[in-house]
Amino acid sequence: MPRLVNRHPDRISRLLLGLLPFLLVLAVYLLASAERLAANPNDKLLPGFAAFGAAIWRMAALPSERSGELLLWADTMASLARLAWGLGISAAIGLVVGIVNGVIPLARAGLSPFVAGLSLIPPMAVLPILFIVFGLGEVSKVALIVIGIAPVIVRDLQARALELPVELIVKAQTLGANTWTLILRVVLPQLLPRLLDALRLSLGGAWLFLIAAEAIAASEGLGYRIFLVRRYLAMDVILPYVAWITLLAFAIDWALRLLSRRAFPWFAASAGGGR
Amino acid sequence: MSRVTLRNVWRTYGEQVVLERLNLVVEAGEFVTIVGASGCGKTTFLRMLLGQETPSRGLLLLDGTPLAAEPGPERGIVFQRYSVFPHLTVQDNVLLALELARAPLLGRLFGRARRAAREQAAAMLDAVGLGAFATRYPAALSGGQQQRLAIAQSLVNAPRVLLLDEPFGALDPGIRADMHALIRQVWKASGVTVFMITHDLPEAFALGTRVLVFDKPRVDPQAPQAYGATITYDIPLRGRGPVAVPAELVRKLTPVAEAPAHA
Repeated sequence: MPRLVNRHPDRISRLLLGLLPFLLVLAVYLLASAERLAANPNDKLLPGFAAFGAAIWRMAALPSERSGELLLWADTMASLARLAWGLGISAAIGLVVGIVNGVIPLARAGLSPFVAGLSLIPPMAVLPILFIVFGLGEVSKVALIVIGIAPVIVRDLQARALELPVELIVKAQTLGANTWTLILRVVLPQLLPRLLDALRLSLGGAWLFLIAAEAIAASEGLGYRIFLVRRYLAMDVILPYVAWITLLAFAIDWALRLLSRRAFPWFAASAGGGR
Repeated sequence: MSRVTLRNVWRTYGEQVVLERLNLVVEAGEFVTIVGASGCGKTTFLRMLLGQETPSRGLLLLDGTPLAAEPGPERGIVFQRYSVFPHLTVQDNVLLALELARAPLLGRLFGRARRAAREQAAAMLDAVGLGAFATRYPAALSGGQQQRLAIAQSLVNAPRVLLLDEPFGALDPGIRADMHALIRQVWKASGVTVFMITHDLPEAFALGTRVLVFDKPRVDPQAPQAYGATITYDIPLRGRGPVAVPAELVRKLTPVAEAPAHA
Protein backbone atom coordinates (compact mmCIF):
# COMPACT_ATOMS: atom_id res chain seq x y z
CA MET A 1 0.00 0.00 0.00
CA PRO A 2 1.69 3.24 -1.12
CA ARG A 3 1.65 6.19 1.20
CA LEU A 4 -1.25 8.64 0.80
CA VAL A 5 1.03 11.34 -0.60
CA ASN A 6 1.91 9.00 -3.47
CA ARG A 7 -1.58 7.86 -4.40
CA HIS A 8 -2.96 9.77 -7.36
CA PRO A 9 -6.55 9.34 -8.59
CA ASP A 10 -7.08 8.45 -12.24
CA ARG A 11 -9.40 10.53 -14.43
CA ILE A 12 -12.64 8.80 -13.52
CA SER A 13 -12.04 8.68 -9.80
CA ARG A 14 -10.97 12.32 -9.89
CA LEU A 15 -14.26 13.22 -11.54
CA LEU A 16 -16.25 11.17 -9.03
CA LEU A 17 -14.31 12.59 -6.08
CA GLY A 18 -14.94 16.08 -7.41
CA LEU A 19 -18.67 15.44 -7.71
CA LEU A 20 -18.94 13.86 -4.28
CA PRO A 21 -19.17 17.05 -2.13
CA PHE A 22 -21.83 18.51 -4.47
CA LEU A 23 -23.90 15.33 -4.26
CA LEU A 24 -23.48 15.18 -0.49
CA VAL A 25 -24.74 18.74 -0.01
CA LEU A 26 -27.63 18.06 -2.36
CA ALA A 27 -28.57 14.87 -0.47
CA VAL A 28 -28.44 16.62 2.88
CA TYR A 29 -30.64 19.39 1.52
CA LEU A 30 -33.17 16.97 0.03
CA LEU A 31 -33.39 14.96 3.26
CA ALA A 32 -33.87 18.04 5.40
CA SER A 33 -36.39 19.48 2.95
CA ALA A 34 -38.40 16.25 2.82
CA GLU A 35 -38.49 16.10 6.61
CA ARG A 36 -39.74 19.66 6.99
CA LEU A 37 -42.29 19.25 4.18
CA ALA A 38 -43.59 16.09 5.85
CA ALA A 39 -44.24 18.07 9.01
CA ASN A 40 -45.65 21.12 7.16
CA PRO A 41 -46.48 20.95 3.41
CA ASN A 42 -46.45 24.79 3.26
CA ASP A 43 -42.92 25.13 4.68
CA LYS A 44 -41.11 28.02 2.97
CA LEU A 45 -37.62 27.57 4.41
CA LEU A 46 -36.43 24.45 2.58
CA PRO A 47 -38.68 24.06 -0.49
CA GLY A 48 -38.54 20.87 -2.53
CA PHE A 49 -37.59 20.61 -6.18
CA ALA A 50 -41.19 20.86 -7.33
CA ALA A 51 -41.41 24.28 -5.67
CA PHE A 52 -38.10 25.33 -7.30
CA GLY A 53 -39.38 24.22 -10.71
CA ALA A 54 -42.60 26.18 -10.27
CA ALA A 55 -40.73 29.30 -9.10
CA ILE A 56 -38.21 29.14 -11.95
CA TRP A 57 -41.07 28.70 -14.47
CA ARG A 58 -42.90 31.64 -12.95
CA MET A 59 -39.84 33.91 -13.01
CA ALA A 60 -38.41 32.85 -16.37
CA ALA A 61 -41.42 32.05 -18.58
CA LEU A 62 -44.51 33.88 -17.31
CA PRO A 63 -44.80 37.66 -17.76
CA SER A 64 -44.90 39.55 -14.49
CA GLU A 65 -48.43 40.67 -13.56
CA ARG A 66 -47.21 44.15 -12.75
CA SER A 67 -44.74 44.96 -15.55
CA GLY A 68 -45.41 42.26 -18.13
CA GLU A 69 -41.69 41.41 -18.17
CA LEU A 70 -40.09 38.01 -17.83
CA LEU A 71 -38.46 38.86 -14.51
CA LEU A 72 -35.49 36.46 -14.50
CA TRP A 73 -34.32 37.67 -17.92
CA ALA A 74 -35.01 41.34 -17.18
CA ASP A 75 -33.06 41.03 -13.91
CA THR A 76 -30.23 39.18 -15.63
CA MET A 77 -29.91 41.75 -18.40
CA ALA A 78 -29.96 44.65 -15.94
CA SER A 79 -27.31 43.08 -13.73
CA LEU A 80 -25.05 41.95 -16.56
CA ALA A 81 -25.20 45.41 -18.15
CA ARG A 82 -24.09 47.02 -14.88
CA LEU A 83 -21.39 44.39 -14.43
CA ALA A 84 -20.12 44.85 -17.99
CA TRP A 85 -19.93 48.63 -17.61
CA GLY A 86 -18.18 48.28 -14.26
CA LEU A 87 -15.67 45.72 -15.51
CA GLY A 88 -15.08 47.56 -18.78
CA ILE A 89 -14.43 50.93 -17.17
CA SER A 90 -12.25 49.32 -14.49
CA ALA A 91 -10.24 47.46 -17.13
CA ALA A 92 -9.69 50.66 -19.13
CA ILE A 93 -8.60 52.60 -16.04
CA GLY A 94 -6.47 49.69 -14.87
CA LEU A 95 -4.74 49.34 -18.21
CA VAL A 96 -3.98 53.03 -18.70
CA VAL A 97 -2.97 53.94 -15.14
CA GLY A 98 -1.27 50.59 -14.50
CA ILE A 99 0.91 50.85 -17.61
CA VAL A 100 1.74 54.52 -17.09
CA ASN A 101 2.66 53.83 -13.45
CA GLY A 102 4.61 50.72 -14.35
CA VAL A 103 6.63 52.20 -17.20
CA ILE A 104 7.14 55.89 -16.37
CA PRO A 105 9.00 56.43 -13.07
CA LEU A 106 7.85 60.07 -12.79
CA ALA A 107 4.19 59.05 -13.08
CA ARG A 108 4.72 56.22 -10.60
CA ALA A 109 6.24 58.59 -8.05
CA GLY A 110 3.23 60.85 -8.38
CA LEU A 111 0.37 58.40 -8.68
CA SER A 112 1.35 55.14 -7.03
CA PRO A 113 0.91 56.25 -3.39
CA PHE A 114 -2.40 57.88 -4.30
CA VAL A 115 -3.72 54.68 -5.90
CA ALA A 116 -2.50 52.65 -2.93
CA GLY A 117 -4.36 55.00 -0.57
CA LEU A 118 -7.47 54.94 -2.75
CA SER A 119 -7.53 51.16 -2.79
CA LEU A 120 -7.67 51.10 1.01
CA ILE A 121 -11.00 52.97 1.18
CA PRO A 122 -13.72 50.40 1.89
CA PRO A 123 -15.93 50.85 -1.21
CA MET A 124 -19.16 50.13 0.70
CA ALA A 125 -18.38 53.09 2.97
CA VAL A 126 -18.55 55.49 0.02
CA LEU A 127 -21.79 54.01 -1.37
CA PRO A 128 -23.91 56.66 0.39
CA ILE A 129 -21.71 59.33 -1.20
CA LEU A 130 -22.26 57.76 -4.61
CA PHE A 131 -26.01 57.73 -4.11
CA ILE A 132 -25.93 61.37 -3.06
CA VAL A 133 -23.68 62.45 -5.94
CA PHE A 134 -24.92 60.24 -8.76
CA GLY A 135 -28.48 59.63 -7.61
CA LEU A 136 -30.12 56.23 -7.36
CA GLY A 137 -29.78 55.36 -11.07
CA GLU A 138 -27.37 53.17 -12.99
CA VAL A 139 -24.34 55.44 -12.59
CA SER A 140 -23.99 54.95 -8.83
CA LYS A 141 -24.08 51.15 -9.16
CA VAL A 142 -21.48 51.11 -11.92
CA ALA A 143 -19.41 53.62 -9.96
CA LEU A 144 -19.41 51.35 -6.90
CA ILE A 145 -18.05 48.45 -8.96
CA VAL A 146 -15.38 50.69 -10.48
CA ILE A 147 -14.35 52.12 -7.12
CA GLY A 148 -14.23 48.61 -5.71
CA ILE A 149 -12.13 46.87 -8.32
CA ALA A 150 -10.31 49.48 -10.45
CA PRO A 151 -7.62 50.26 -7.81
CA VAL A 152 -6.92 46.55 -7.44
CA ILE A 153 -6.52 46.13 -11.20
CA VAL A 154 -4.34 49.26 -11.42
CA ARG A 155 -2.02 47.97 -8.73
CA ASP A 156 -1.90 44.50 -10.23
CA LEU A 157 -1.06 45.73 -13.72
CA GLN A 158 1.50 48.15 -12.37
CA ALA A 159 3.19 45.23 -10.62
CA ARG A 160 2.99 43.10 -13.77
CA ALA A 161 4.47 45.94 -15.87
CA LEU A 162 7.32 46.27 -13.38
CA GLU A 163 7.88 42.52 -13.63
CA LEU A 164 8.63 42.72 -17.33
CA PRO A 165 12.36 42.03 -17.65
CA VAL A 166 14.29 45.30 -17.83
CA GLU A 167 16.27 43.67 -20.65
CA LEU A 168 13.20 43.88 -22.89
CA ILE A 169 12.68 47.57 -22.12
CA VAL A 170 16.34 48.34 -22.84
CA LYS A 171 16.33 46.18 -25.96
CA ALA A 172 13.33 48.01 -27.40
CA GLN A 173 15.14 51.33 -26.88
CA THR A 174 18.19 50.07 -28.72
CA LEU A 175 15.85 49.17 -31.58
CA GLY A 176 14.70 52.77 -31.79
CA ALA A 177 11.60 52.83 -29.58
CA ASN A 178 10.51 56.04 -27.88
CA THR A 179 8.42 55.96 -24.69
CA TRP A 180 5.15 55.92 -26.62
CA THR A 181 6.05 53.18 -29.12
CA LEU A 182 7.67 51.21 -26.30
CA ILE A 183 4.34 51.19 -24.48
CA LEU A 184 2.34 50.56 -27.65
CA ARG A 185 4.35 47.69 -29.12
CA VAL A 186 6.15 46.09 -26.17
CA VAL A 187 4.38 46.75 -22.86
CA LEU A 188 0.70 46.92 -23.82
CA PRO A 189 0.53 43.66 -25.80
CA GLN A 190 2.34 41.82 -23.03
CA LEU A 191 -0.03 43.18 -20.38
CA LEU A 192 -3.31 42.37 -22.17
CA PRO A 193 -3.38 38.69 -21.10
CA ARG A 194 -2.40 39.78 -17.62
CA LEU A 195 -5.33 42.21 -17.66
CA LEU A 196 -7.64 39.28 -18.38
CA ASP A 197 -6.12 37.46 -15.40
CA ALA A 198 -6.67 40.51 -13.21
CA LEU A 199 -10.29 40.78 -14.40
CA ARG A 200 -10.93 37.13 -13.57
CA LEU A 201 -9.61 37.68 -10.06
CA SER A 202 -11.74 40.82 -9.68
CA LEU A 203 -14.96 39.13 -10.75
CA GLY A 204 -15.88 38.04 -7.22
CA GLY A 205 -15.51 41.57 -5.93
CA ALA A 206 -17.44 43.00 -8.85
CA TRP A 207 -20.43 40.71 -8.15
CA LEU A 208 -20.27 41.56 -4.47
CA PHE A 209 -20.44 45.31 -5.13
CA LEU A 210 -23.10 44.87 -7.79
CA ILE A 211 -25.44 42.92 -5.56
CA ALA A 212 -24.83 45.22 -2.61
CA ALA A 213 -25.70 48.28 -4.70
CA GLU A 214 -28.78 46.57 -6.15
CA ALA A 215 -29.94 45.45 -2.74
CA ILE A 216 -29.95 49.01 -1.48
CA ALA A 217 -31.46 50.94 -4.36
CA ALA A 218 -32.74 49.45 -7.61
CA SER A 219 -35.93 48.53 -9.39
CA GLU A 220 -34.60 45.48 -11.20
CA GLY A 221 -31.54 43.23 -11.10
CA LEU A 222 -30.58 39.89 -9.65
CA GLY A 223 -29.50 41.36 -6.32
CA TYR A 224 -32.61 43.54 -6.13
CA ARG A 225 -34.88 40.50 -6.68
CA ILE A 226 -33.22 38.41 -4.01
CA PHE A 227 -33.53 41.14 -1.43
CA LEU A 228 -37.10 41.93 -2.51
CA VAL A 229 -38.47 38.41 -2.17
CA ARG A 230 -36.58 37.93 1.10
CA ARG A 231 -39.50 39.79 2.69
CA TYR A 232 -41.76 36.85 1.82
CA LEU A 233 -39.23 34.19 2.84
CA ALA A 234 -39.37 33.09 -0.80
CA MET A 235 -36.52 30.59 -0.66
CA ASP A 236 -37.97 28.94 -3.78
CA VAL A 237 -36.89 32.08 -5.71
CA ILE A 238 -33.76 33.02 -3.76
CA LEU A 239 -31.96 29.70 -4.06
CA PRO A 240 -32.39 29.36 -7.87
CA TYR A 241 -31.28 33.00 -8.24
CA VAL A 242 -28.15 32.30 -6.21
CA ALA A 243 -27.45 29.21 -8.33
CA TRP A 244 -28.03 31.29 -11.50
CA ILE A 245 -25.64 34.03 -10.34
CA THR A 246 -23.02 31.39 -9.56
CA LEU A 247 -23.48 29.89 -13.01
CA LEU A 248 -23.14 33.32 -14.66
CA ALA A 249 -19.98 34.05 -12.68
CA PHE A 250 -18.55 30.70 -13.71
CA ALA A 251 -19.45 31.29 -17.36
CA ILE A 252 -17.80 34.74 -17.41
CA ASP A 253 -14.66 33.36 -15.78
CA TRP A 254 -14.55 30.51 -18.29
CA ALA A 255 -15.09 32.87 -21.22
CA LEU A 256 -12.25 35.16 -20.08
CA ARG A 257 -9.94 32.16 -19.71
CA LEU A 258 -10.87 30.92 -23.17
CA LEU A 259 -10.32 34.39 -24.63
CA SER A 260 -6.89 34.57 -23.01
CA ARG A 261 -5.88 31.19 -24.44
CA ARG A 262 -7.20 31.96 -27.92
CA ALA A 263 -6.07 35.56 -28.26
CA PHE A 264 -2.66 35.19 -26.59
CA PRO A 265 -1.30 31.74 -27.42
CA TRP A 266 2.22 32.92 -26.61
CA PHE A 267 1.23 33.74 -23.02
CA ALA A 268 0.54 30.21 -21.83
CA ALA A 269 3.75 29.01 -23.49
CA SER A 270 6.12 31.67 -22.15
CA ALA A 271 7.37 32.18 -18.62
CA GLY A 272 4.71 34.81 -17.95
CA GLY A 273 1.94 32.25 -18.26
CA GLY A 274 3.54 29.87 -15.82
CA ARG A 275 1.75 31.39 -12.88
CA MET B 1 33.61 55.40 -38.27
CA SER B 2 32.29 53.98 -35.01
CA ARG B 3 35.45 54.40 -33.03
CA VAL B 4 34.90 54.06 -29.28
CA THR B 5 37.09 56.12 -26.97
CA LEU B 6 37.29 56.08 -23.17
CA ARG B 7 39.21 58.86 -21.44
CA ASN B 8 39.92 58.26 -17.77
CA VAL B 9 36.48 56.78 -17.10
CA TRP B 10 35.47 55.98 -13.51
CA ARG B 11 32.33 54.45 -12.13
CA THR B 12 31.67 54.78 -8.40
CA TYR B 13 28.68 54.11 -6.18
CA GLY B 14 29.12 56.41 -3.19
CA GLU B 15 32.35 55.30 -1.50
CA GLN B 16 32.62 52.16 -3.58
CA VAL B 17 34.87 52.35 -6.64
CA VAL B 18 33.80 49.77 -9.23
CA LEU B 19 35.83 50.86 -12.24
CA GLU B 20 38.74 53.27 -12.33
CA ARG B 21 41.15 54.82 -14.81
CA LEU B 22 39.72 53.26 -17.94
CA ASN B 23 41.58 54.49 -21.02
CA LEU B 24 40.86 52.81 -24.30
CA VAL B 25 40.58 53.43 -28.00
CA VAL B 26 38.71 50.82 -30.03
CA GLU B 27 38.82 51.20 -33.79
CA ALA B 28 35.82 50.63 -36.01
CA GLY B 29 35.19 46.98 -36.85
CA GLU B 30 37.18 45.53 -33.96
CA PHE B 31 35.83 42.52 -32.08
CA VAL B 32 36.65 43.16 -28.45
CA THR B 33 36.15 40.33 -25.98
CA ILE B 34 36.10 41.10 -22.27
CA VAL B 35 37.02 38.64 -19.55
CA GLY B 36 37.58 38.92 -15.84
CA ALA B 37 36.56 37.54 -12.47
CA SER B 38 32.96 37.89 -11.28
CA GLY B 39 32.25 41.27 -9.73
CA CYS B 40 35.13 43.05 -11.45
CA GLY B 41 32.98 45.49 -13.35
CA LYS B 42 32.67 43.83 -16.78
CA THR B 43 28.92 44.19 -16.76
CA THR B 44 29.12 47.74 -15.39
CA PHE B 45 31.48 48.56 -18.27
CA LEU B 46 29.03 47.15 -20.81
CA ARG B 47 26.10 48.96 -19.18
CA MET B 48 28.00 52.23 -19.55
CA LEU B 49 28.61 51.51 -23.24
CA LEU B 50 24.90 50.70 -23.52
CA GLY B 51 23.78 53.89 -21.79
CA GLN B 52 22.04 52.10 -18.93
CA GLU B 53 24.62 53.70 -16.64
CA THR B 54 26.70 56.83 -16.98
CA PRO B 55 30.38 57.26 -16.06
CA SER B 56 30.93 58.99 -12.72
CA ARG B 57 33.99 60.68 -14.20
CA GLY B 58 35.69 60.81 -17.55
CA LEU B 59 34.55 60.75 -21.15
CA LEU B 60 32.90 58.01 -23.18
CA LEU B 61 32.98 58.89 -26.87
CA LEU B 62 31.55 57.31 -30.00
CA ASP B 63 33.24 58.80 -33.08
CA GLY B 64 34.33 61.76 -31.01
CA THR B 65 30.95 62.70 -29.55
CA PRO B 66 29.83 61.72 -26.04
CA LEU B 67 27.49 58.74 -25.91
CA ALA B 68 23.85 59.48 -25.08
CA ALA B 69 23.06 58.64 -21.46
CA GLU B 70 20.23 56.30 -22.45
CA PRO B 71 20.03 53.26 -24.72
CA GLY B 72 19.59 54.18 -28.37
CA PRO B 73 19.60 52.78 -31.89
CA GLU B 74 23.32 53.38 -32.49
CA ARG B 75 24.08 50.55 -30.03
CA GLY B 76 22.62 47.04 -30.34
CA ILE B 77 22.52 44.61 -27.42
CA VAL B 78 22.13 40.87 -26.96
CA PHE B 79 21.64 39.77 -23.36
CA GLN B 80 22.12 36.28 -22.00
CA ARG B 81 18.35 36.01 -21.38
CA TYR B 82 15.18 37.97 -22.15
CA SER B 83 16.60 39.28 -25.41
CA VAL B 84 13.56 38.63 -27.60
CA PHE B 85 9.91 39.64 -27.24
CA PRO B 86 7.81 36.65 -26.15
CA HIS B 87 4.54 38.05 -27.54
CA LEU B 88 5.76 38.23 -31.14
CA THR B 89 6.57 35.50 -33.62
CA VAL B 90 10.10 35.14 -34.89
CA GLN B 91 9.46 37.23 -38.02
CA ASP B 92 7.49 39.85 -36.08
CA ASN B 93 10.37 40.17 -33.61
CA VAL B 94 12.66 41.26 -36.44
CA LEU B 95 9.91 43.27 -38.11
CA LEU B 96 9.32 45.12 -34.83
CA ALA B 97 12.93 46.30 -34.86
CA LEU B 98 12.37 47.85 -38.31
CA GLU B 99 8.99 49.29 -37.34
CA LEU B 100 10.29 50.89 -34.14
CA ALA B 101 13.14 52.47 -36.07
CA ARG B 102 11.02 53.75 -38.95
CA ALA B 103 7.62 54.59 -37.41
CA PRO B 104 8.10 56.86 -34.38
CA LEU B 105 4.38 57.72 -34.21
CA LEU B 106 2.64 54.35 -34.16
CA GLY B 107 5.49 51.86 -34.09
CA ARG B 108 3.83 50.19 -37.07
CA LEU B 109 4.43 50.23 -40.80
CA PHE B 110 1.70 49.91 -43.41
CA GLY B 111 1.40 49.14 -47.10
CA ARG B 112 4.52 49.25 -49.21
CA ALA B 113 6.81 50.22 -46.33
CA ARG B 114 5.56 47.20 -44.38
CA ARG B 115 6.09 44.84 -47.29
CA ALA B 116 9.63 46.10 -47.76
CA ALA B 117 10.33 45.68 -44.05
CA ARG B 118 8.92 42.14 -44.11
CA GLU B 119 11.23 41.20 -46.95
CA GLN B 120 14.19 42.68 -45.15
CA ALA B 121 13.25 40.79 -41.95
CA ALA B 122 12.90 37.53 -43.88
CA ALA B 123 16.34 38.02 -45.46
CA MET B 124 17.83 38.66 -42.03
CA LEU B 125 16.21 35.52 -40.63
CA ASP B 126 17.58 33.46 -43.51
CA ALA B 127 21.03 34.88 -42.80
CA VAL B 128 20.95 33.58 -39.21
CA GLY B 129 19.39 30.26 -40.18
CA LEU B 130 15.91 30.87 -38.77
CA GLY B 131 14.01 31.12 -42.05
CA ALA B 132 12.11 27.91 -41.36
CA PHE B 133 10.94 29.10 -37.93
CA ALA B 134 9.49 32.46 -38.97
CA THR B 135 5.97 31.87 -37.65
CA ARG B 136 6.94 30.33 -34.30
CA TYR B 137 6.84 32.10 -30.97
CA PRO B 138 10.16 32.39 -29.09
CA ALA B 139 8.93 30.02 -26.37
CA ALA B 140 8.93 27.26 -29.01
CA LEU B 141 12.60 27.90 -29.90
CA SER B 142 15.70 26.36 -28.35
CA GLY B 143 18.11 28.56 -26.40
CA GLY B 144 20.49 28.77 -29.34
CA GLN B 145 17.69 29.69 -31.77
CA GLN B 146 16.49 32.41 -29.39
CA GLN B 147 19.97 33.93 -29.38
CA ARG B 148 20.12 33.71 -33.19
CA LEU B 149 16.88 35.66 -33.24
CA ALA B 150 18.24 38.18 -30.73
CA ILE B 151 21.31 38.72 -32.92
CA ALA B 152 19.19 39.12 -36.07
CA GLN B 153 16.94 41.61 -34.29
CA SER B 154 19.89 43.63 -32.97
CA LEU B 155 21.65 43.83 -36.32
CA VAL B 156 18.75 44.47 -38.68
CA ASN B 157 18.92 48.23 -38.04
CA ALA B 158 22.69 48.23 -38.60
CA PRO B 159 23.85 49.70 -35.26
CA ARG B 160 27.34 51.14 -35.07
CA VAL B 161 28.28 49.12 -31.99
CA LEU B 162 27.02 45.66 -31.00
CA LEU B 163 27.18 44.76 -27.30
CA LEU B 164 27.00 41.11 -26.26
CA ASP B 165 26.52 40.30 -22.56
CA GLU B 166 27.53 36.64 -22.19
CA PRO B 167 25.29 35.78 -25.12
CA PHE B 168 26.26 32.11 -25.23
CA GLY B 169 26.74 31.55 -21.48
CA ALA B 170 23.61 29.44 -21.13
CA LEU B 171 24.13 27.28 -24.22
CA ASP B 172 25.48 23.75 -24.68
CA PRO B 173 29.09 23.49 -25.93
CA GLY B 174 28.03 22.08 -29.32
CA ILE B 175 25.52 24.86 -29.92
CA ARG B 176 28.15 27.38 -28.83
CA ALA B 177 30.46 26.38 -31.66
CA ASP B 178 27.65 27.02 -34.17
CA MET B 179 26.94 30.38 -32.56
CA HIS B 180 30.64 31.32 -32.78
CA ALA B 181 30.56 30.64 -36.50
CA LEU B 182 27.39 32.71 -36.83
CA ILE B 183 28.62 35.72 -34.87
CA ARG B 184 31.93 35.73 -36.73
CA GLN B 185 30.05 35.65 -40.02
CA VAL B 186 27.62 38.47 -39.21
CA TRP B 187 30.44 40.56 -37.72
CA LYS B 188 32.50 40.19 -40.91
CA ALA B 189 29.49 40.90 -43.11
CA SER B 190 28.34 44.01 -41.25
CA GLY B 191 31.65 45.48 -40.12
CA VAL B 192 30.05 46.44 -36.79
CA THR B 193 32.25 47.10 -33.76
CA VAL B 194 31.63 44.35 -31.21
CA PHE B 195 32.09 44.28 -27.44
CA MET B 196 31.45 40.85 -25.95
CA ILE B 197 31.60 39.78 -22.32
CA THR B 198 32.35 36.14 -21.75
CA HIS B 199 33.35 33.81 -18.93
CA ASP B 200 34.94 31.43 -21.36
CA LEU B 201 38.63 32.21 -22.00
CA PRO B 202 39.04 30.03 -25.10
CA GLU B 203 35.90 31.69 -26.50
CA ALA B 204 37.38 35.13 -25.84
CA PHE B 205 40.62 34.24 -27.60
CA ALA B 206 38.94 32.40 -30.47
CA LEU B 207 36.49 35.17 -31.38
CA GLY B 208 38.15 38.44 -30.48
CA THR B 209 40.55 40.61 -32.43
CA ARG B 210 41.43 42.03 -29.05
CA VAL B 211 40.99 40.70 -25.51
CA LEU B 212 40.50 42.99 -22.53
CA VAL B 213 41.05 41.57 -19.05
CA PHE B 214 39.39 43.36 -16.14
CA ASP B 215 40.91 42.95 -12.69
CA LYS B 216 41.62 44.85 -9.49
CA PRO B 217 45.31 45.73 -9.53
CA ARG B 218 45.19 47.33 -6.08
CA VAL B 219 43.45 45.93 -3.02
CA ASP B 220 43.32 47.57 0.40
CA PRO B 221 42.36 44.83 2.91
CA GLN B 222 41.10 47.49 5.34
CA ALA B 223 38.87 49.12 2.73
CA PRO B 224 38.04 46.68 -0.08
CA GLN B 225 35.76 49.24 -1.72
CA ALA B 226 38.50 51.89 -2.00
CA TYR B 227 39.98 50.66 -5.29
CA GLY B 228 38.13 49.48 -8.36
CA ALA B 229 38.89 47.24 -11.29
CA THR B 230 40.50 48.41 -14.47
CA ILE B 231 41.85 46.97 -17.71
CA THR B 232 44.92 44.99 -16.63
CA TYR B 233 45.67 43.29 -19.95
CA ASP B 234 44.91 44.55 -23.43
CA ILE B 235 45.91 41.78 -25.82
CA PRO B 236 45.75 42.42 -29.57
CA LEU B 237 45.17 39.23 -31.56
CA ARG B 238 44.50 40.32 -35.09
CA GLY B 239 47.07 39.33 -37.66
CA ARG B 240 48.99 37.04 -35.37
CA GLY B 241 47.13 33.90 -36.23
CA PRO B 242 45.82 31.64 -33.49
CA VAL B 243 47.11 32.77 -30.11
CA ALA B 244 47.43 30.45 -27.14
CA VAL B 245 45.71 31.62 -23.99
CA PRO B 246 48.45 32.93 -21.65
CA ALA B 247 48.97 30.48 -18.79
CA GLU B 248 48.85 33.25 -16.20
CA LEU B 249 45.36 34.24 -17.29
CA VAL B 250 44.15 30.66 -17.20
CA ARG B 251 45.45 30.33 -13.66
CA LYS B 252 43.80 33.57 -12.56
CA LEU B 253 40.44 33.02 -14.17
CA THR B 254 39.87 29.29 -14.15
CA PRO B 255 37.95 29.11 -10.85
CA VAL B 256 35.61 31.72 -12.25
CA ALA B 257 35.17 29.99 -15.56
CA GLU B 258 34.01 26.88 -13.74
CA ALA B 259 31.70 28.66 -11.30
CA PRO B 260 28.06 29.16 -12.30
CA ALA B 261 27.81 32.24 -14.47
CA HIS B 262 26.35 35.07 -12.41
CA ALA B 263 27.87 38.34 -13.42
